[in-house]
Order: sequence, then C-alpha cells, then structure tokens
Amino acid sequence: MQRSLRTFQIEEVLRPLGQMLVFSLASSIILSLFVILLAFLFQNTAIGADVTRRFGVSLMNYTLLNLPQVLMDGLTLGFVYAAIALGYTMVYGVLEFINFAHSEIFAIGAFVGVELLIAFQAYGLIGGQNSLLSAYWWLLIALLAGMLVAGTMAVLVERIAYRPLRGAPRLVPLISAIGVSFFLQDAIRLIESVTTGQFHRIMPTFGNFDNRIPLFTIGGNTVDIQIKSLIVMVAAIIMLVGLNYLVNATKVGKAIRAVAQDRPTASLMGIDVNRIISMTFLIGGTLGGAAGVLYALKFTRIDPFVGFFPGLKAFTAAVLGGIGNLTGALLGGIVLGMLETFAGTYMSIFTMGVAGAEYKDIFAFGILILVLIFRPQGLMGENVSQKA
Amino acid sequence: MSRISLSNLLQMAQQGRWPYILTLAHVLLGALLVYISPRSNIAFLLLISSLGTLYVLKTDNRFKIVLGLFIALVVMPIVGVRNIFYLEIIFQISVFVALALGLNIVVGFAGLLNLGYVAFYAVGAYLWAFFGSQQYYVLPFAPGTQPTDLPFLLPGDAFYLFLLLAIIVAAITGILLGLPVLRLRGDYLAIVTLGFGEVIRQLANNLDKPLNFTNGPQGITPIQRPTLPQFAVDAFNKVFQDIVGRPVETATLYNVMFYLLALIVILVIIIVTIRLEDSKIGRAWTAIREDETAAVAMGVPLVRLKLTAFAVGASFAGVMGALMAASRTFVSPESFSFMQSIGVLSMVILGGVGSIPGVILGAATVTILNLQVLQGLSLYLSQLRQSDAVIPIINFAWRDLSTQLDPAKYQRLLFGIILIIMMIFRPAGIIPAQRRQRELASETSDDK
Amino acid sequence: MSKRLMFVVALFVLASLVLAACGGQQAKTIKIATQSPLSGGQSSLGVDIKNGAQLALEQLSGPLTELGFKVELAPYDDQANPDTGVANAKQIVSDPAILCGVGHLNSGVMIPSSEEYHNAGLAFVSPANTNPKVTDRGYLEVNRIVGRDDVQGVVGAEYANSIGVKSVFIIHDKTAYGQGVAEFFKKRAEELGMTVAGFEGTEEKANFDPIITSILAANVDMVYFGGIYDQAGVLFKQAREKGFMGTFMGPDGMDSSTLAEIAGEALVQGGGMVYSSVSGPASVYPGTAKFIADFKAKFGAEPQPFAAQAYDAMAICLKAIENAAKANNNQTPTRQQVAQAIRDLKDFPGITGTYTFNNIGDITSAKYFVIKVVSADKTKWGENEVIQTLDIAPPSK
Repeated sequence: MQRSLRTFQIEEVLRPLGQMLVFSLASSIILSLFVILLAFLFQNTAIGADVTRRFGVSLMNYTLLNLPQVLMDGLTLGFVYAAIALGYTMVYGVLEFINFAHSEIFAIGAFVGVELLIAFQAYGLIGGQNSLLSAYWWLLIALLAGMLVAGTMAVLVERIAYRPLRGAPRLVPLISAIGVSFFLQDAIRLIESVTTGQFHRIMPTFGNFDNRIPLFTIGGNTVDIQIKSLIVMVAAIIMLVGLNYLVNATKVGKAIRAVAQDRPTASLMGIDVNRIISMTFLIGGTLGGAAGVLYALKFTRIDPFVGFFPGLKAFTAAVLGGIGNLTGALLGGIVLGMLETFAGTYMSIFTMGVAGAEYKDIFAFGILILVLIFRPQGLMGENVSQKA
Repeated sequence: MSRISLSNLLQMAQQGRWPYILTLAHVLLGALLVYISPRSNIAFLLLISSLGTLYVLKTDNRFKIVLGLFIALVVMPIVGVRNIFYLEIIFQISVFVALALGLNIVVGFAGLLNLGYVAFYAVGAYLWAFFGSQQYYVLPFAPGTQPTDLPFLLPGDAFYLFLLLAIIVAAITGILLGLPVLRLRGDYLAIVTLGFGEVIRQLANNLDKPLNFTNGPQGITPIQRPTLPQFAVDAFNKVFQDIVGRPVETATLYNVMFYLLALIVILVIIIVTIRLEDSKIGRAWTAIREDETAAVAMGVPLVRLKLTAFAVGASFAGVMGALMAASRTFVSPESFSFMQSIGVLSMVILGGVGSIPGVILGAATVTILNLQVLQGLSLYLSQLRQSDAVIPIINFAWRDLSTQLDPAKYQRLLFGIILIIMMIFRPAGIIPAQRRQRELASETSDDK
Repeated sequence: MSKRLMFVVALFVLASLVLAACGGQQAKTIKIATQSPLSGGQSSLGVDIKNGAQLALEQLSGPLTELGFKVELAPYDDQANPDTGVANAKQIVSDPAILCGVGHLNSGVMIPSSEEYHNAGLAFVSPANTNPKVTDRGYLEVNRIVGRDDVQGVVGAEYANSIGVKSVFIIHDKTAYGQGVAEFFKKRAEELGMTVAGFEGTEEKANFDPIITSILAANVDMVYFGGIYDQAGVLFKQAREKGFMGTFMGPDGMDSSTLAEIAGEALVQGGGMVYSSVSGPASVYPGTAKFIADFKAKFGAEPQPFAAQAYDAMAICLKAIENAAKANNNQTPTRQQVAQAIRDLKDFPGITGTYTFNNIGDITSAKYFVIKVVSADKTKWGENEVIQTLDIAPPSK
C-alpha cells in the first residue's frame, strides 16, 4: 500500500478542491430546500398574501426567482470569510490562542494593497487606456505586496507581543493581542492621516472587475456574477489548496504539525520551535493580507477598523467548522456566508417585515450556538480534549 | 543597590507606629491638596491612592475601617460636590469594579472565559429602563413618533425594588446562557459568549418593532430616579455647607446619592465575593478551573457549580446596570458594545485574575487611565499646541506639530501599548492571586 | 530593578504632565470645549467636528482677543460612548474657564451628557444631533444648528412625492440618527400614499447583497437611505451594479464628496441621487466654498459632513461670549449670560445658514434644500444643484 510521493502530493491538491465542491453544493442544496419548504408551507397564509401585495408575485415564485442570486452571493461572502478564517485557524492550531490582532493584520494588507493601487492610478499605470490584462497584473502585484507586508507585520507582532508571554496563563496573550489590536488600529490611522489627511481609503475603479458575467436566465431574471466575486473565489481556492499542500505535503508543514501537537517533543526532535511559530504567523499573516486586499476589491471602502466585523465573523466561521482544522475553516466560512445571505434576504419575507436583515447576525450566532451544543468540537473538529 | 534600600524602606514603613503615621499623612495630604486645588488630577490621584496605602500598610483593622469610612463618607462627598467629575470617576470605578468582580467569578474562579459579559449589564439596565420610564406606553409607537405627554408606568421609588429584581433577572439570564454552553470549554465557550453578547446588544438595537420594547438605537429616556427627599438635601447642607463653601443643589446631590448607592452595592459584592472564594463553592470552582475531569471524579457537581458561577457573575452586572440606568436617566445600545466586554476583561486580567484586591485595582486603574489620565494628558498636549511653548534642545515649537498628530485622537493607541507592556512585565496582573502565583511557577516548567 | 525604576520615572513624568495641565490658568483665559468621538470607528466624523470648531476658533476669535481674552480650545474624546461622554461632561462643567461647548456627534451621547451641561448652566451648541429629544426637554443650555429628524424625514418624503415616486424602499443604519430620519420618512411617505415596499435596518458596512435582492424584487422607484455617506456609497454602488435604476435619496449625512469617490457613476446613472440638507451647497452660501478651501489647506483633506456645522457652532459660541462680555463691561461673562446670549442672537450669519434659535434651542424656520448630485467626479461636489427649497419651522413648545 505504499503510495508514491507524487500521488500523495496530487491528492493533497485535489482533496480540498473536492471538499470545497461538496461543501458548497451541500450547503446550497440544504438551505434551498429549507426555504422552498417554508415557501410551500406558508404559500397560502397571510405571509404569502403579504408578499403578493408587496412584490406582485406569489411567495413560491419570489423564493425561487431570487434563489440563484442568493446562492451566488452567499457563496462569495462565504469565501471571503473562509479566506480570513484560514489565518485564525492556522495560528490557533499551533498556539491555541485567539489572535485578536488578526483583524488588524487583515486591515494592514487591505491598506497596503489599496495604497499601492492608488499610487499606480496616479502614475497612470491602471485605468483609462491601459489594457485589461495589465489591470490583472497590477492587482496581482498589489495583492502580493499586501501579503508581504501583512505577513511581516504578523511575525513582528508575534516577536514583540506574544513570544515573551509563551508559558503564561492562557488569558495573558489574549489581552496582549487586544492591546496589539488597539495599537495597530490607531497606528494605521496615524500613518494614514499624516500622509493623506483622511484615514479611510477607496479602492480605485479600474479594469473590468465591476462587470458582471451573466450565467443563465430564470423566469426573466438574469443570474449573474461579478468578475471581482469570481476573483475572490478563485483566490480563496488557491489559498486553501496552497495552504493545505504546505501543511500536509511539505517538510515545513510536517514541522508545523509536530509543533502543534507537542511542542516540547518537537523541540527534542530538533525542530526549531520559535522558527516554526514565526513561520506560522508569517503564513497566517500572509493569508490575512491577501484576504484584506480581496476584501477591499470586493467592498470598495476600507478604514483602520474595517477588520473588526469580518474578523469576528471569520473567527465564528473557524469555530463553527472546528478551529484548528483547515478544511473546517472553509466549511465554516461557506456555511456562515450562506446562512447570513439567506437570513438577510428571506427573513423579512417570512416574518412579514417584523424581523428583517438586521437579524442576520443574531441568526448566524444562533446557529453557531446550536451547532456547538450538538457538536462541541465544531462541524469538522476532532474530538480532542482541551489541552490546557 | 536600590533594591536593598527600597526594601529596607518598605520594611521600616511596616513597623511600629510608622504605618499609622504614613497612612494618615497620605490621606491628609491628599485631602488637603484636593481641597486647595479642586481641579488638579494629580491631587485627586494622590487622594485615591491613599486607599491603597490604607490597604497595604499593616495597621489595626479597626483603624482601617474607621479611616476608610471617613474617606468614603466624609472626604469624598465634600470633594465630590466641589468637583462632580471626581464623584463621577468614583462612581464609574464602582460600576466597573462590580462588573470586574462579577466577571472575575466566571473567569477567575471558575475558569470559564466569557467575552460577552456586558450582556448582563445590559439586561439590568434595560430592565429598569423599561419599567422606570414611559416605555410601556410607547410600545405601539415607532421610535421617535410617540406623543410627548405619556405617563410613567411606576413611581421612581420602585427603583429599589428593581435593584433586587435586576439581580434575579440577570442571574436567570446567566443560567439561560450557561445551560446550553455547559459542555463547551475554553475558546468555544469564549466565542459563544461573545455571540451571546452581540445577540443581546442587537436585540436591544432591534426590538423596536413589532412592539417597541427598547426604542432601538434611539435609546430610552427619561428614566426615573428614586426621589431624593428635601430633608436630606437640607441635612447635607447643614453639616457640610461651611466646608464646601456654598449650598449644594439637589441636582448635584444626586451624584452623591448614586455614589453612596454604588458604594453600598460594591461593599455587598466584595463581601459576597470574599465569602464565596473561601467557601465550599469557591474551592469547587477552583477545582473545575484546574481540572474539570478530576473535579467531576472527586464528586464536584459540575452543572450546578458552573451555573452558579454564571448566575452570580451575571447578578453583579445586573444590579449595576439598573443603577447605571437610573443615574444616567438614559440607556442606549451604544453602552453595551463588544469593546465594553473587552474593557472589563482587561481590567480583570490587568489587575490579576482571581485576585479580589487585584481586580478592584485593575478596574480602578483602567477607569482612571481612560477617563482621567489619558484625557488629561491629551488636553495638556493640546494646550501646549495652542501656546508658544518650544521643546528646548531640538528647538521645536509645539504649534508646528502636524494637525494630524493631535494627541487627543490617540488615546487608544496609548492604552494598547500599556496593555502590551503590562502583560509582558506582569503577566499575572498587578496583584496576582495567591493561588495563581504558585501556579505560574509550575506552569512555566511544564509548558508544552 | 532598572525596569521598575524606569517605570517609576515614567510614571512621574506622566504625573507631572497631568499636574501641569491643571495648574496655572491665566487670569482671562476663556476655553471652549468640543466633545466628539476622536478615536474609534466614528472618529472620521468626530475628528472633523473638532477640526471645524478649531478652524473657527482660529479665524474668528479676533474680537475676543481684542477685549483682552485668550481663547483656547479644549477638545474631549467621548469615544461615541455615553459613559465616557458623561464623565467628560462632568470634567468640562467643573472647569470654570469653559464657557461654551460644541458637540456631540451621537444623540445617544448628547442626551445624557446635556443633563450635566444643564445642571451646570453651560451652553452647548450641537453641530450634528438631529434627534428630536435633544431639544424637546426645553433646556436653555442645549442648542443645535442642524435640522430635526421629524422635519428632515418629512422633507424627504415630500420631495419624493413631488417627483411622482410611487413606491420606496427604506434602509437605515441602525443608529439614532439614521433610524430617526428613516422612521419619519416612512411615516410621511405612507401618509402621502406611497407604497413602502421594505423598511430595513442594517449595521452592515460592506455587503448589501441580501437587501439589494429584496430591493430589486420589489421594483421600487426610490431607495431612501437614512445614515451616513460611507455606508450609503457602498450600498448605492452595489445596487447600481446589480441593476437598480431608480433614484437614491438620503439625509444630510450624505453631504460629502467622498460619496462620489465611493459610489462614482452610480450617483448619476438611472434616477440619480438627491439628498436633503439644512446647509446649502457652496453655490448658495459662498462662505462654504471658502471654508472648504481653508479646511483643506489646514487639515489636508475635504471636510466631512457636520464639519461646517461645527465651524458655525463655534462661531456662535464665540459671538455669544463676545456679546455677553461686552454687556458685562468687558469682564469674563458667566455661563448663564453666555447661554442667554446664544438665545438672544438674531439672524446670526454662519457659513451654512442664518441662525436664530427658538425657545427650545432649535433654529427657527430652517431652510431645507433638496440637492441633486450632478457629477460622479468628486471634485465637482460643490457644483451640486439645489432643486427644491423648503422653509419649515420646527415644532416648538
């Protein structure tokens, strides 16, 4: 049963792809069936009548017509969450601590990317007459720069604020992380305001990222997807596959797993634990930086506090999936993104406007609590007893 | 070198009559300075820190109690009505001490990380806000559209009853949160409690339709206060008017009343916490915190004890919430954000997890830092910018400082740095718990 | 040990700074406080309230200086948190040199803090609080130079009706400001017979997909957003990208050129975008153009909404102190005199309007403008066109 290294490596690339497909399909189907069932049940009640009055279509038609777009939006959001969640999970898996400053690392990535692109625009490198292809190149450069700076920052933060605390009670690095988070928020704000006078930045419009690709038409409704959503998805997939490969099929990955499992023993085996932890933060920070640039691309406006909510959601996603587990982060992200979009779109319909989109976070957290009651280790987590 | 002389000095301060003389000197100096310059932050800090001296130096317990009561009941009200800002600081310190002590029971004693603690505070605040205002009659109106001449549901004096009710309701909320999360440990618990905190805040923000319970983001106002009888005002003025220097109006005296109420609540809470720590329950909590499996094996009733921890912790926050709502006459969801929970947690950890004096000191430090020191520092710097002052040596005029470098804007940056530095140099907190000190020594050795 | 020693030294330096901050007031120093969020997520607006006030203080304190006063700014950070706001308020009222104040950004902070100002008799002029309750308590010390939610929302609905809007989707940002305006818009819109296809609140800043799906399904003529431009810009952009072709509308929180930067073409496509405001655009009030230029020169960026109002609020404070001082034989006036002097101002010419206060501190007969965005280019924000002007007196007691 000896598999060659080559097959193993290919498997490590294919496996997450397959999982991703399965998760996306499964959560789409389950949630779709759920709302269709609800629509069927409430078709002939006051709720159905209310929808007909407001939108001029039957409840079932309303549900079905909007469903494909909801799925598409949910999936995109899910991939954004997953991309951020990977960084959390990576650090948690090795150090077992919630890196609160990850959302600021994410913001740093976003700022570096956007600032670069603004500079490119000022020099006439993007937008206007430039070719479409070059837009993609410049975006890639901005993305890489964001990753580089964010990764470096993450390593620095670990060196300065976390390493001296290793071995302290669990809560101590948590507070230190909160301190780092405050510090970085205001540091970004300081730098941005001194250089530009304002501390929010707007992603420049260039290339064809805002265009929409029509996918198919259903009952007169065209379902389409924005190019930038597609970019976000593709990038998230590459990130996951790359990370999975790195952790499971390389020597560094093996060392990371060893350190995660048992730090003293790993160190006895000749692994430089400090270097591996730095490495983990580098990888986590790089992923966070990439997620930041992608986020700015998708949602246009960023400020130093931009990381807070996505960070919170991504962390929820990581826990939902089973924290410390890479595939779990992806699953958690997709499920959370889907749930939120479904709740945001359909909630006000099924409650006749009493509880609308404002309840989507409550809904998401409610689901999280439910899941954890029945599966305390998260959807994909192994049932290991707490180490500390 | 310096260690020897310093420790010698400290030793001397603990011998013979020295503790009495030093304590009295500190208190008197502080009181005198505050009296002479009623707006000086440093004088006030000196006065406040005299409580620390009183606690640290070895004196007779009766002496401590009498002097403590004298400061609390005589010095503070006088100082406070001369400058209500001080009273506000003490009041907020009391509020946060109560919150921190409550969170300390959950996090420090029972070892259950709670990131949504402020939810219980919100429950207490909204409880009195709903029943102590016109909100009951606003139920059918969208926020802001109600007529202005609605009656109040209950008289203001019902507040005292609701202080008790807030304890009970918050405790029940604590149990409700505790029940589903009993099986969770560590960070899973943290994230669920975080979610719970957000859910409560968003409910407060969203429950303005279909029935308008919370008035949404607009917040509920006015909320009634318990009445302050005229004879109390007269009595206060009779006794203190000469020292204060002018008669005190009812509005100002309300600050004193809430300060005293907060003081009473705090005293009760501290006594309860101390009694709990050394009781059977307290030891069982420690057992759970240290090793859940072993604790269960030893026959500790896990479910009941965890729920007790949640309930007790929550009730402290609930009672302070009700007090806060009455003192402000206003509540809105903005007071119950995630940052607030994090703030309380940082007080607990900064002061020393599990250590009662530590947590009190932590709450006081963070509150003073936030309201007084950082604010005062930034005011001072912005005053410098408006003056002709020049930094000597490098010959830099303050007014040339970039407008973007305005110090008033970067308080949080300073707070962040302070948190990091504190954690690096004193990971167990300012006053570590005695149990924790022993633990730290062992934990570093079997670090995995 | 050296660590501890350094700590002690640092503490002393800090302490001495604090001490110095509080000692040694000059005899005739007058301070004017500002309170707004200077840190945290809302500081973008809060800092510019402070900056607007600071600019006014530097430009307009001349008359007071001639009377021999030294006028200083005392900026406070309320962190958008009621507790901090109240504590600061108590600190402000305990400083006898402070005679007037400008603030706050959030009504939720203004309402509890102003109880303290009221108790101490210290006048505050608000550049941003639109919640009716702020002035409805009838305190002499509380004034505002912005419109009220219950007027501005109505103005929006009236305008929508006048251009023949039949159905509208209302979204707000779940803040006291945004929801307040949105509620009154909704109420008036329903009275006027429009269909309100949806009324949603959201704290979301980035992803509006679920709401947009509902908007498109409802096929409405207008989307009204109660809130601030930064959220609105993202919503407008995403809605246009998804094919919404109706009109966008919002309250004065939309008045920022950054809106054009975020939303770009979305503002001029389809039915375009309009907003209501008490402060006229640069074309109506020439003072505004000068203010924007001066502000940019000093702070290096475009002013945010409410910065111009903060400028005017400070100007009103300065003028009232000057009047009160003159009435007081050029001596430092009392707070009571200053508060009364604010109410006594008649037709005070500000850069955003002409102000007279009524008996509860609202501006009498506010002029509301409905302004249409003419260009997606942010540098042309000043050219926005007034398409309707309404004179509405606020409800008074």
